[in-house]
Amino acid sequence: MTFKPKIVPLGDSSLLVQLGEEIDLAVNQRVHALADLVKISWLDGIIETVPAYSTLLVYYDPLILSFTQLKNDLHIRISQMENVGSNKPRQIEVPVLYGGEHGHDLEFVASHCNLRVDDVIRIHAERTYTVFMMGFTPGFPYMGKLDDAIVTPRMETPRTRVAAGTVAIAGSQTGIYPIDSPGGWRLIGRTSLRLFNPGSESPFLFSPGDQVRFIAEK
Amino acid sequence: MSLELVEVNGLATIQDSGRKGWRRFGVPLSGPMDVFAFQAANLLAGNPSNSAAVEIGLGDMAFRATRDCLIAVAGAGFDLSVYIWDFPLWSSFFVRSGWIIRMNKTDNGMWAYLAIAGGVQTQPMLGSRSTYLRGALGGFEGRLLQAGDRLPSGTPSQPVNDLAARALPIEARPSYGGNPIVDVIMGPQENYFADESKSTFLSSEYSVSLTSDRMGYRLEGPALSHRDKAEMISEGMTPGAIEVPSNGQPIVMMADCPTTGGYPKIASIVSADLPVLAQCVPNKSKIRFQETTMAKAQKKYRVLMNGIENHIVKQSEW
Repeated sequence: MTFKPKIVPLGDSSLLVQLGEEIDLAVNQRVHALADLVKISWLDGIIETVPAYSTLLVYYDPLILSFTQLKNDLHIRISQMENVGSNKPRQIEVPVLYGGEHGHDLEFVASHCNLRVDDVIRIHAERTYTVFMMGFTPGFPYMGKLDDAIVTPRMETPRTRVAAGTVAIAGSQTGIYPIDSPGGWRLIGRTSLRLFNPGSESPFLFSPGDQVRFIAEK
Repeated sequence: MSLELVEVNGLATIQDSGRKGWRRFGVPLSGPMDVFAFQAANLLAGNPSNSAAVEIGLGDMAFRATRDCLIAVAGAGFDLSVYIWDFPLWSSFFVRSGWIIRMNKTDNGMWAYLAIAGGVQTQPMLGSRSTYLRGALGGFEGRLLQAGDRLPSGTPSQPVNDLAARALPIEARPSYGGNPIVDVIMGPQENYFADESKSTFLSSEYSVSLTSDRMGYRLEGPALSHRDKAEMISEGMTPGAIEVPSNGQPIVMMADCPTTGGYPKIASIVSADLPVLAQCVPNKSKIRFQETTMAKAQKKYRVLMNGIENHIVKQSEW
């Protein structure tokens, strides 16, 4: 591990733990492992954490905890991380209807990548993806990485409305729109699974760190 | 039910202290734009400081009491009248059933909070009553309040006669209004900016753009140039953080800001000064930024927020 973890302030009530500088599965797994460690032994004054690709943002109440106290505590946890095996991630299968009215851009992706539509589907559904982070809208999972063969840039002008449940790709990432929203990713299919159900006891289908596989439905 | 909206020309939402614990799933914090005025309104009404209240912005608003109740209003940018009397903000007052509470927009602030003794008791969503408009979450059916809406409220903590006619004196409030100097903690991405841009940021005047909203305040002023690239890998974000996209015009993240973002952040506004920034008037207030230290910032916040209730005074002459 060449990158030395850094802890820097983001204002006076949150701090950023930097565990790397790129989109990398191993770095991201360390982010989720650290988030788990923080959750297991919650320090009074920590409010919540947001794991992202290579960073963990920790929100805290400066009336209870100082930056220095929290920073020292997190450095200890980072050093413990090497010895603790991370929790086994959850496996989630997502049934998808690819193409046609469910994925308007599937043919564009195929021609952009010089592939047949069936090959794009096969390649997309072949890999197990990691939920690197969540954001954009409630419940949107940023997953990766895609096989290089189907990497496609995002649209120059985003659509004003993408339907909930739409499976999409952009760059080396894939995601699913949880609610109807604008969107600039390439739409390739749709799942009937509900990603965000605010009234339910577990409102989100995914959590950061989950492992996800797409299952092509006929 | 105790309050009915009879006239809504601005933007009114229900907010409590925010939706905590869901940001890792992409759900913004929400909550009040001006945390200090929000807490003060609740404490004046005898509520816990995090109770749900009505946040009012942008235009005139009128409420009718549908039963006798105790109300407190705090914030900036509004004139307040109750029945036939004018009242100052930062005070509590008793309202008889049928009386009208009128709030008229002025140009010396942006947000005011109307708290009712017992708190607004709408259905919490994901553990919070705060309204998140984009996600249609919380508050009153996830939307802006409209004329005709009736707000349910709880039971006051003490006899309302004891709570009425109390005020928070100006000395106990942040210095709202005018052209504020706002403290910032630099970073985390200050090195994405050329040295000249850092000094431009700390020496120039900025104003708030009219296109600002509860998600973010766009600032207008000298553009800041990035040393190299204007984008980075997305990471977590927080209200107060100052993002600078490729056009060089800073954006201050506010209550409904996204949980993650991919533009470099030159600095963050300290918690104690965020209420003052939130009350800055677009195209009017001139804002300057000054660098501070973590220790000073956290101390300033403790001094401001600890013991607000101890500064509340009874107004015997009312």
